[in-house]
Amino acid sequence: MDMAVTRAGIYHYDEFDREFLRERVAEFRGQVARRLDGALTEDEFKPLRLMNGLYLQLHAYMLRCAVPYGVLSSDQMRQLAHIARKYDRGFGHFTTRQNLQFNWIKLEEAPDALAALAEADLHALQTSGNCIRNVTTDEFAGAAADEIVDPRVYAEILRQWSTLHPEFSYLPRKFKIAITGAPTDRAAIQVHDIGLLAKRGPAGEVGFEVWAGGGLGRVPIIGTKLREWLSEADFLSYMEAVLRVYNALGGRENIHKARIKILVRDVGAARFIEMVEQEFATLPREKFRLDPAVVAGIQAHFASPPFVVLPNAEADLARAVSDNAAFADWVAHNTNPHKQPGYISAIVSLKPIGGIPGDATDAQMDAVADLAERYSFDEIRVTHYQNLVLPHVRQDELFAVWQALDALDLATPNVGTVTDIIACPGLDYCSLANARAIPVAQLLSERFADLKRQYDIGPLTLNISGCINACGHHHVGAIGILGVDKKGEEFYQITLGGSAGNDATIGDIVGPAVPYDDVTDVVERIIRIYLSLRQTGENFLQTYRRAGMAPFKDALHAAA
Amino acid sequence: MQAKVKTKGTAQPLVVTANRLRDGRVVWLAEGGRWAEHIAEAKVFLGEAAETGLAEGAEAERTQLVVGAYAAEVTVGVAGPVPLRAREKFRALGPSVGVAA
Amino acid sequence: MPLLDHGRPVEDRFVAVADDAPLPADAPALIPFARLQREADALAGRNAALGVQVTSATHAEDIAPFLDRVTLVVVEFPKFRDGRGFTIARTLRERYGFSGEIRAVGHVLPDQYEFLVRCGFTCVAVSDGADLGVWAAALERFHVAYQPGLDTAPVLSGLRRRLALG
Repeated sequence: MDMAVTRAGIYHYDEFDREFLRERVAEFRGQVARRLDGALTEDEFKPLRLMNGLYLQLHAYMLRCAVPYGVLSSDQMRQLAHIARKYDRGFGHFTTRQNLQFNWIKLEEAPDALAALAEADLHALQTSGNCIRNVTTDEFAGAAADEIVDPRVYAEILRQWSTLHPEFSYLPRKFKIAITGAPTDRAAIQVHDIGLLAKRGPAGEVGFEVWAGGGLGRVPIIGTKLREWLSEADFLSYMEAVLRVYNALGGRENIHKARIKILVRDVGAARFIEMVEQEFATLPREKFRLDPAVVAGIQAHFASPPFVVLPNAEADLARAVSDNAAFADWVAHNTNPHKQPGYISAIVSLKPIGGIPGDATDAQMDAVADLAERYSFDEIRVTHYQNLVLPHVRQDELFAVWQALDALDLATPNVGTVTDIIACPGLDYCSLANARAIPVAQLLSERFADLKRQYDIGPLTLNISGCINACGHHHVGAIGILGVDKKGEEFYQITLGGSAGNDATIGDIVGPAVPYDDVTDVVERIIRIYLSLRQTGENFLQTYRRAGMAPFKDALHAAA
Repeated sequence: MQAKVKTKGTAQPLVVTANRLRDGRVVWLAEGGRWAEHIAEAKVFLGEAAETGLAEGAEAERTQLVVGAYAAEVTVGVAGPVPLRAREKFRALGPSVGVAA
Repeated sequence: MPLLDHGRPVEDRFVAVADDAPLPADAPALIPFARLQREADALAGRNAALGVQVTSATHAEDIAPFLDRVTLVVVEFPKFRDGRGFTIARTLRERYGFSGEIRAVGHVLPDQYEFLVRCGFTCVAVSDGADLGVWAAALERFHVAYQPGLDTAPVLSGLRRRLALG
């Protein structure tokens, strides 16, 4: 098999892409030198370093490496492991935006770290700053049984179009785009600045449902649907129109009122749509027209890997499941149906009981890379739940994959359960945080460690943010936990009923924030109340929606 | 970036902290304008005197030594200054959680 | 303040005229947008070149009705982070077909120079003492771009274009 075939599913850089990336690294090297010699002030340097993924956090600089739409090759994962060893402390943190963060980078070494990324066709471009951020998508893109359109193709088109966009690199605020191509929304498109649902028209042609003005943060808002249908040819023209209206009219006085959601809310959905359509009607559409040949060229990068016909694979898997209860638990929770008969997607849990959600050591990254090379056509995905995915595993090899993952402590069978917790870095690392998120996740994970109990509780999203910026997506957790600062002490506000899916909902606040030491008990009581209220077949969200907030308020009051 | 007092009018003793520009490491203003890596060496300011420390912080920002200098409240024990607020506790001690398993 | 065109210093032919001062009849004059709006009719018969200075808060559609009176639009960046000026220039070029000079003044970084040019700016006024080498180099930095601009970069393949601004 030649390289292009075995590495299907990754956008392969050619000499032009590599030339661009080298030039970008050289530019940043120059910017760092100008900062160190004083030619650039911190105020001027900050947006420049942020657009190269470099934050100054609580203890050190943090480098947020882009994992474009969550897709990595084995070689890329190995290079990330190498960077973790060489420039950091041997581990990294996978984020809710499908990226990877290193916590201990030195400014002086940051250009070298970026050069090392570029060696593997990776970058940290626009993972921060008031620009168009890394585009996110369904972690099962190109593999999911229910997929209508492969969103990676359009995510890559968006990645290229938004890269150093001359007009939209100094926006009022950050701008996040998510795209999905399946009827089940696994990309949270209703809570993004722009959300896209790729679908097919009557003749099989690709088009898009377009949402805008959704978002979490200080003012959580569910997005507005701008278009039921946008043709593929007009894809980029329409993006230009939305961004241009936002760049011209978005708030620039108050950082808390600068996201596009505030503009949409303030002018009203109808007026906003009218402005976008007017801009769309007057901009030079031919110039931005997405040529079918360009789409086809990018689509070729995402051709299906060379799947083989596996007449006995499903039976083999069924036998292995019936022979081994622990494997059966893992298959029931940590897999997703594949479009190709005989194959399956395996989810690598980065949520060991008591562990740090989303963290992986260099050794684990290398090991997952090896497994992907051997069992998944060299392909790895990062999920916005901070887990990893081996997207294309043969069902008759799944048992071997499970055994290998188990030996690495990467096979906790808890995907979708109460211990599959999303947590931002919080006050342990982040300079914006008001309270810690990681140790809260660890305590909760230990409290609900018992698998029987996890499975009895059923599907439940538990999301923790260390501040109102909501990187831990607490608003859309069935149970959300938000860290707040009360006179220098850590307190936590609990919300219930949030969802990021097709039924996107912002969670409701239960009541006053509780101190760090009480959080675990409060969540435990919330779960007990749910278990006492639930009717047959209901999950937490369904029970909450039926019963309402009133019965859950007791969770805050009952003495621990 | 302007140096700032986040704790104007406090009766608490104060120390001045920042991040070193070159590597981002947390540093504390010590005697003689030195920037120490351990809070134990931090110079403690009382009341208005913190303005002097902040002026030193601002100067160190102008000369590309540090970034984001600010004053933080502490109590002074036998082992030296101890931060009052959670943020500076973690700045002084590092993350409260370990490395990935 | 040095004025750069394609990275090279050029002479500024325009004289900035205050809001209420008399206009020189035979020299290129630069006036604030408010004055252009107010005196548009009186200025219609003027022979010497006229320029107008707008802030980044001005909308291109408000400038559009006056474009036939001016050969220069100066866009002021109050802060380099304020990116509205990019949209103003691009809209003047693409929607209204303005072919005169568009100049950036105010707080602009050399790191933004390529973006300015690709959005249709022709000139940029840089601060006294600025390192002009850094400015010139900024136009030589990148040779690949991923989206169309006001430049005439030929398409390489896919969305990529060969950039040659310096």
